[in-house]
Amino acid sequence: MKTLDRKLLRDLWKMKGQALAIALVIASGVATYVLLISTMNSLTQTRERFYQEYAFADVFGSLKRAPEGLRTRISEIPGVAQVETRVSAEVKLQVTGFPEPVTARIVSVPDFGSPLLNRPYLRRGRMVAPWRDDEAVVSEAFAEAHRLGPGDAIGAVINGRWKKLRIVGIALSPEFVLQVRPGALSPDYKRYAILWMGRHGLGVANNMDGAFNDLSLTLTAGAHPDDVITRLDAILAKYGGLGAYARKDQMSHRFLTEEFRQLQRSADIFPAIFIGVAAFLLNVVVTRTISTQRDQIAVIKAFGYHNWDIGLHYMKLVALIVILGIAAGLGIGAWLGRGLGNIYMEFYRFPYLNYEVQPSVAAKSAAINLLAALSGALLAVRRAVNLPPAEAMRPEPPAEFKKTFMERLVPQRILSQPTRIIMRNIERRPVKALLSVIGISMACAIMVAGRFSKDAVDYMVEIQFRQTQREDMTVTFVEPTSRKAVYEMKRVPGVEHAEVFRSVPVVMRFGHRSYRTSIRGVEPGAGLHLLLNEQLRVITPPRGGILLTDYFRTILGVHPGDLLTVEALEGNRPVLQVPVAGMINQFIGLMGYMDLDALNRLMKEGSAISGVYIAVDSLRRPEIYRRLVEMPRVAGTLVREDEIRNFYETQAEALLFFTMVATVLAATIAFGVVYNSARIALSERGRELASLRVLGYTRGEISYIFMGELGFLTLAAIPVGFLVGKGISVYIAKALESDLYRVPVMIDSWTYSFAAAVVALSACISGLIVRHRLDHLDLVAVLKTRE
Amino acid sequence: MGREAGGALNTKKVFQAQGLTKVYTMGAVQVHALRGVDLDLYEGELVVLLGPSGSGKSTLLNILGGLDTATAGEVTYRDHNLTSAADNELTEYRRQHVGFVFQFYNLIPSLTARENVAVVTEIASTPMKPEDALAIVGLGDRLDHFPAQLSGGEQQRVAIARAIAKNPMVLLCDEPTGALDSATGVVVLEALERVNRELGTTTVIITHNADIAGMADRVIHLSNGLISDIRANETKKAPHELHW
Repeated sequence: MKTLDRKLLRDLWKMKGQALAIALVIASGVATYVLLISTMNSLTQTRERFYQEYAFADVFGSLKRAPEGLRTRISEIPGVAQVETRVSAEVKLQVTGFPEPVTARIVSVPDFGSPLLNRPYLRRGRMVAPWRDDEAVVSEAFAEAHRLGPGDAIGAVINGRWKKLRIVGIALSPEFVLQVRPGALSPDYKRYAILWMGRHGLGVANNMDGAFNDLSLTLTAGAHPDDVITRLDAILAKYGGLGAYARKDQMSHRFLTEEFRQLQRSADIFPAIFIGVAAFLLNVVVTRTISTQRDQIAVIKAFGYHNWDIGLHYMKLVALIVILGIAAGLGIGAWLGRGLGNIYMEFYRFPYLNYEVQPSVAAKSAAINLLAALSGALLAVRRAVNLPPAEAMRPEPPAEFKKTFMERLVPQRILSQPTRIIMRNIERRPVKALLSVIGISMACAIMVAGRFSKDAVDYMVEIQFRQTQREDMTVTFVEPTSRKAVYEMKRVPGVEHAEVFRSVPVVMRFGHRSYRTSIRGVEPGAGLHLLLNEQLRVITPPRGGILLTDYFRTILGVHPGDLLTVEALEGNRPVLQVPVAGMINQFIGLMGYMDLDALNRLMKEGSAISGVYIAVDSLRRPEIYRRLVEMPRVAGTLVREDEIRNFYETQAEALLFFTMVATVLAATIAFGVVYNSARIALSERGRELASLRVLGYTRGEISYIFMGELGFLTLAAIPVGFLVGKGISVYIAKALESDLYRVPVMIDSWTYSFAAAVVALSACISGLIVRHRLDHLDLVAVLKTRE
Repeated sequence: MGREAGGALNTKKVFQAQGLTKVYTMGAVQVHALRGVDLDLYEGELVVLLGPSGSGKSTLLNILGGLDTATAGEVTYRDHNLTSAADNELTEYRRQHVGFVFQFYNLIPSLTARENVAVVTEIASTPMKPEDALAIVGLGDRLDHFPAQLSGGEQQRVAIARAIAKNPMVLLCDEPTGALDSATGVVVLEALERVNRELGTTTVIITHNADIAGMADRVIHLSNGLISDIRANETKKAPHELHW
């Protein structure tokens, strides 16, 4: 080993505290990047493999009913490779020992052979036997939630008839990686299931023998899904087609894609913050190291070492710290990634997760960090290299100070001498102080942005579930029904109040843009299910217009006063022009709202309703649940409280994980910045402080001078961090905005307090560590040493 | 002028300086450190540069050693023109030809005595072994001590070992005894005298201590940036005969 390299190692050992703090910041950045990207890549790859091996379709469609013969016509559409027709039904389930309403989507599988497309992955048991109408394969998440296995039985109300189904297998499907009931926010494994039954048995039970109401198809290479969908919709229109859609709009796929997008966005922001902070810290520390080694550099140069020898020497020092950080970061990132992968596997039901840290991810992260850190240190090293040896030999000239701006503002007698020292120090190097403030503020920002999603979710739940949806349950009917059905509902003991609604599947068109959704008709004066306008005030749909979710502005470019084209996908499928009367605030999904009578009139169908909102006596819930299951016309029941509780339960683990990671990361940054600033201040000002001690200042007094500056910078950084954190939150929220959901930027005051507390505490701890050194200043030695 | 080891005069010039001027700008003030110095130094001689602080001794030494460049005037080392040399040429010059000793030793605290010498021998073309260099200054038994474990005199002797280990043609010493008590200073001077005598290295010692002048072949007085006097010693004193 070269002698200079030996010096390097010993220097590194001497500054191990600072090096470690920087390495930790770098490790945090690398770990965050690796965590997010590797999890995303692993999930994407797993998804692609699952899709491919189990033949996930490219286009999906559902309709009211069509004869099986139509299949040939569909397969003749140019660009269609394979077509599979199915029977699919929404049913109510009865699970022994679980009195709450459970719904399920049953899809048919061929009686012979395996499905062409969207093949279930059989985890346990077997597929249903041919021609059996009493066997079912159950989705794994639901089976786990109720501890069901092959051999167990469940009750199902299929097309109004109660039937006992024997579970023969447990399966997963590329179609239902995320099992979210349509319209729900998060998966509810206890109350929503996917079932597979034989085509014949399910067809007969649903009057679909020789017919189908659901299909999926794959495309030939190069075929454009939109062309195929247009032709398919034209064919299916006659058969009550509900609008075909491409894979990108398939619910499970959509949710996964959105989640990946979120991971990618986070991976864009957070690692960059760490890299920035690390580069800044390295610059500061290397600058200081070089300034303490001025004379060493001079002597090395005097003996004939070249500039680039010196440059390389300090760059090696930086590289060592960075590599240490990168290695630790890769390890921690892979470890956390595995943990996050397992959390995701709770949501996303893949048969397996191929978790791996791709070498390219590791290499990219390492390269970016190394480059950023080296360039951060480069300036400092360049200065050292260019210092003429004779000048380097002389001690650094004393720093220039002047009276500060603050001192001119505040009367002299208010400021003690130590306070003036603090202020002069800050004002002497405003850039450094500013960078320190920015660095510490980043810690605060990470805390705020890391916890923002939790606050946003709280706010969404508050608005959506407590202020808007005040009904206890939403009951939907199998088919549009006469309004009289509401009286049947009101007669159920325990039902205190009921309000009707009509829901019509539609395609909305404005200009060249279109969107498939539904319009809900509500009664004027409704008290259970309220609509809020953009100012969060209650609003009722006027008779002559439609209210739209505010995000339609973005999706369709439509504004109040515009004329919207609405194509109903039900009944006589009328095409209507409806004026947009206003916009409403809604975070989840996109819908239109109209006056119930006005909607019925447009649909030319008398007083039809699709369901009822009810308020119930909570003590009589079990009885109500039982009665609802028994009612043939009831297709399903959504219980608001269950939705909220379930939402929090499923999100809790992931939220906790992210909050924990964000807290640790923020603490790392705060600690890294404050500790390094303190150590450098100590090395720069040890002499000065020791001199003050010699003059009779107490430890407390010099600690004040010393820590006061850091305390001031930390306090200044916290509000800056709040702002930056909010900015990051806005960016993330904007980036994630989609028709599925919009995340409101609502940050709780508790989040701000918590962020400030974490930063202040980290600063205090690092301050105390350095204070310990301050207390043990060897006065005589410090005064003797030549600067 | 100057003498061979045997005492005969040696007239081979090592350094030739004409009209050397150096002006520093320190903040708003201009400091004239050298105001036109003419000087020749000869092979193998031991020269003491005397003068009060601020007289320009260190500046002159730094320019001779290629650590600094003159504002005006010319200086040559043998056939190298140091005035017009580029930075990397000066580096090469220092690397091959010059050994430095400083008042505050300037050892690298994180390296042992042996390693401090090795830092130089590793890049020199014809170095001696670090152990041998340390033996010359009488520190053969302190090889693995860190600077903090050595006394001031010992540290300075390590610095001398470091300076001579490359077998330099010239040895430039800036106040080598300035931070030492007189007894320790004598030991250090003995080491320098021995190197000059045995290796024939042209040696320049800066001091403001007139007593040290006794061991020189020639004594050059500087004051206020100019050479005020050059005097050759008829008889050189051995370092142990010096007192201050």
